[in-house]
Amino acid sequence: MNLAPATLGFTLPVFTADDAWTVATVACCATACALLGCFLVLRRLSLLGDAISHAILPGLAAAFIITSSRGAIPMLVGATVVGLITAVFSSAIHRWGRIPEDAAMGVVFTSLFAVGVILITWGARDVDLDPGCVLYGVLETIALHRVDVVGFSIPPAFVSLAVVLAVVVLVLTVAFKELKIVSFDAGLAASLGFSVALIHYTFMGLVAATTVVSFEAVGSILVIVMLIAPAASAHLLTDRLSRMLWISALIAIGACVAGYLLAVWVDTSVAGMISVVLFGVFILTSLLAPRYGVISKLAHRVRLAVRILGEDVLGMLYRWHERAALSGTAAVPPLSPADLRRGLQRPFLTRLALASLSRQGLIERAATVSLTPRGMDAARGIVRSHRLWESFLAKHLGLPLDHLHEPSHRVEHFITAELQSVLSREVGEGRDPHGSAIPGPGTASQQSQPS
Amino acid sequence: MTIAEPNTSSADPAVPRATQHHPPGPPTAPAPVAVEVHDVTVAYHRKPVLWDVDVQIPSSRLVAIVGPNGAGKSTLLKAILGLVPLASGTVEIFGRSLRRARSLIAYVPQRESVDWDFPVSALDVVLMGRYGRLGWFRRPGRKDRDAAMAALEKVGMKDLAHRQISQLSGGQQQRVFLARALVQEARLYFMDEPFAGVDAATEKAIVDLLREIRRSGGTVVAVHHDLQTVPEYFDHVLMLNMRLVAAGPTEEVFTTPNLHTTYGGRLTLLDQAAEAVRRSTAPGAPR
Repeated sequence: MNLAPATLGFTLPVFTADDAWTVATVACCATACALLGCFLVLRRLSLLGDAISHAILPGLAAAFIITSSRGAIPMLVGATVVGLITAVFSSAIHRWGRIPEDAAMGVVFTSLFAVGVILITWGARDVDLDPGCVLYGVLETIALHRVDVVGFSIPPAFVSLAVVLAVVVLVLTVAFKELKIVSFDAGLAASLGFSVALIHYTFMGLVAATTVVSFEAVGSILVIVMLIAPAASAHLLTDRLSRMLWISALIAIGACVAGYLLAVWVDTSVAGMISVVLFGVFILTSLLAPRYGVISKLAHRVRLAVRILGEDVLGMLYRWHERAALSGTAAVPPLSPADLRRGLQRPFLTRLALASLSRQGLIERAATVSLTPRGMDAARGIVRSHRLWESFLAKHLGLPLDHLHEPSHRVEHFITAELQSVLSREVGEGRDPHGSAIPGPGTASQQSQPS
Repeated sequence: MTIAEPNTSSADPAVPRATQHHPPGPPTAPAPVAVEVHDVTVAYHRKPVLWDVDVQIPSSRLVAIVGPNGAGKSTLLKAILGLVPLASGTVEIFGRSLRRARSLIAYVPQRESVDWDFPVSALDVVLMGRYGRLGWFRRPGRKDRDAAMAALEKVGMKDLAHRQISQLSGGQQQRVFLARALVQEARLYFMDEPFAGVDAATEKAIVDLLREIRRSGGTVVAVHHDLQTVPEYFDHVLMLNMRLVAAGPTEEVFTTPNLHTTYGGRLTLLDQAAEAVRRSTAPGAPR
């Protein structure tokens, strides 16, 4: 990418044809990896991409020794065969050696990597395998090599990765149903007559071939990130497999474009920057995902806590009314917002709860807090639940009087109107074990609406 | 109809097997054999878990497989279904090999056998039951979706068809599995602990469903843990403890001596079972 002359105080990058080829190449690679990665992540086989990307070294070395060439086809065949061997050996050791699957993979790929190192030093000394290349690929130079394909000058890496992507998309489209059932319930697939092993090893062969081809362009580390990060992010964003595949592909493409531009802007490794962007996307989705994100789960818990505190406030106000009716308002001072905050011991959440209650028109807030007529109905429902449950515990479990309040205080928030009437049939109306009147069924119970 | 000798030593090949006639039970017509298990031995890591099991399972019956933990109950199901290799022996289903009888069989695995966080809806899972008849590479169509919805309705799960499966309760997940078996339109259902961890309403729904399957001529073979409900739910029992201890109509073989042989010294279980036997043999006991 060239930098335009600095006329505005900063430099504007100019997107050249070479940049376009590089981005297109890495995007093909990322998309193919993301699609396969969805199935790896769902089958808890994420590590397999890592294993294969290391284990292919002996395949490359053996292919070179046998054919004495560094041609793409022998390399691809050699590496794919070893990639498959990794998958087969791992599951064999897992099954027969009674070793956990991740440990089996760890043993297999490190041993194969070691064999590769020996083969290279022994028989392929003159191959220049640059360790840096292996780790983070040669993205920056992709566009420098060109071959002519039907009159167009195209980087060979783009051709091979586009072919890989096409094959991956084709297989996933044709065998989507088969991959889905084998990933979800291999036992069912087998009992329906599908060959689980055939599907599994076809898929693993595809992973191996994709890893090998991608590896040359983007290196062994970025391949792993591409296999795992888009799929893991997509899994947090949706509940449907087909949508997960689409989302992971979009994340992969977006991250390639953004990562490339960022890398050029700060002038650093493109592969490294794309990995960082993918990692950033994963962190963001795990925080912000609508249902499974950390923040959404936290918000759900806060909403629940506010609802429960709000109901506790209603209960306290109802009991205050009871006492005031018995001994006169003069003897029982009215409750202020500060009293409630102190009494419930969670001042901040109680403040939220009070705001929510007055928004719903259940209480009136001034110097003191009082129930509106609708608030009175809701409060009656809560206290009714509480006292019915206390009566039930006393009658059927024979708990002593001082053990009744605490469990009822927790349960009162989850008793529906329907359960109230069942309890009422069971223990009758009248008074709870402490002698307080069980309020009659209110006209509107707040708890009947699930939050 | 012939059944395996309901005798504690029936697994011993030295003892000749006798034949018996089934007494008039709920289904009165003499039932043909659904599954013939012939001298089956299964080993994991060279350790046998099922030893020389030889039994015939009659059709149009609700059949329970009972036995202590590690007795090989699930393994027997998997061996019949070809999901684990047989060290020796043969299995025939409706007189055919497993390969040729596959379309007649539906299998409901244990609930824990799958990952419930998998991004699929209840409807998707039920649709998987149709994959067998679709064969390779054909996608499910309108007819399959209709069948899946009908099955979900039958188990009372129609409203939750589009829920992701981890957002279902244990009982609802079990119902989804049953619906998946129903859409296979099988004649023989294998279920691995269909009642494990389900609520009372689901248990009743499952029992009703099993009886409906039997009424329409189907056979159910279920691994079952709750000895107390065996006489109430099942017509026929296989009692297993690595070897076959006894097999036959519930009222004949579900007896205290057979239970003793099956469960050894596990007294709490035996108390439960004795209670169940007493209830089932008492005059006027609910059946």
